[in-house]
Amino acid sequence: MSKWHFITDGFVKNNPTFVLVLGMCPTLATTTSAINGLEMGLATMFVLILSNIVISLIAPKVPDKVRIPVYITVIATFVTVLQLLMQAYTPAAYETLGLFIPLIVVNCIVLGRAEGFANKHGVGESALDGIGVGLGFTASLTVIGLVREILGSGSAFGWKFIPGDGILAFVMAPGAFLVLGFLMVLFNKYLAKK
Amino acid sequence: MAAASTLKNMTLCLTLVCLICAAVVGVAYAVTKEPIDAAAQAKTTASIARVLPEFTATPQEGSIRVGQADYKYYKVDGAGYAIISSTSGFGGLLTLMVGVTGDGKVCNTTVLSHSETPGLGAKCATDERFLSQFRGFDPAAKTLAVRKDGGDLDAITASTITSRAYALAVANAVEVFNQLNKGGQGDE
Repeated sequence: MSKWHFITDGFVKNNPTFVLVLGMCPTLATTTSAINGLEMGLATMFVLILSNIVISLIAPKVPDKVRIPVYITVIATFVTVLQLLMQAYTPAAYETLGLFIPLIVVNCIVLGRAEGFANKHGVGESALDGIGVGLGFTASLTVIGLVREILGSGSAFGWKFIPGDGILAFVMAPGAFLVLGFLMVLFNKYLAKK
Repeated sequence: MAAASTLKNMTLCLTLVCLICAAVVGVAYAVTKEPIDAAAQAKTTASIARVLPEFTATPQEGSIRVGQADYKYYKVDGAGYAIISSTSGFGGLLTLMVGVTGDGKVCNTTVLSHSETPGLGAKCATDERFLSQFRGFDPAAKTLAVRKDGGDLDAITASTITSRAYALAVANAVEVFNQLNKGGQGDE
């Protein structure tokens, strides 16, 4: 049995946004444009892969009663490192995502994969799972961002093809809920058909 | 299987994990400190270059108290002052950098940070028709306020509160410039 399915699972069957419905706070708040969604997804993926690897390595040694504090400490470390790196090398992205970078610490996807997958599997599988779920999250956020950007600002990835303002509501919170809801319906309809 | 959850094991494990994590964060901080400072510096320099005419001198940082608030400014010899001015907008603090040339005219303005509504007030950072009104604005000849308040500025459609805040921030910066000019070097 190939290990390929660890990656595709995170993308389709365990898609964090449309199937598991986890990490809704960054999903709704940062997807005002495709680029913002993509950046948030990649930032989360970075933390997810590294924390999955480290937690799968240390899980056998960690006493059961303190495992959650240990996992959170590990995750928070990677988030802080990511935050410093972004401030240093991608200050523009850091500014737009702002508060949502430190909030990755409490993102349920990251802790969910640590608790539900990485502490029961080996390093390789955990790394693949991190890549799969991370890619799934990134793709979902980018698609939501793209739809909201097209409807709300008449542009895609910052490239404007409809002059004027677009439908403002889609850039604001109500549009986030609407787009997420409709995409979730489409995604699950597609899954049910298979 | 996991180690037994005895007090000794738990304390040992948590202490060790925290120590290692602290070390990792410390190293990351040390490595990124320089690039972070450089990035912040580059951003300030770019903002100053945008709001003032071309200059060769090095901007000198200073601060002054006008009315109830402290203002940070950059003095550029031969060009004028770049003044950082904050007011409350619609969604939170609206912070601008305002360039005022030696003759007391506003050269240009730029938004440093804001939390206005996307698509409405947030246009204050990009709307050319609104922003161009401040370029070369002479506070001696015209009034820095939106038309609704008896001034000479056209507000952004559906964003009067943001436009008002913007105008007020620029007016405050002009006030700061007048204080700086009056006191010669300005009191540090």
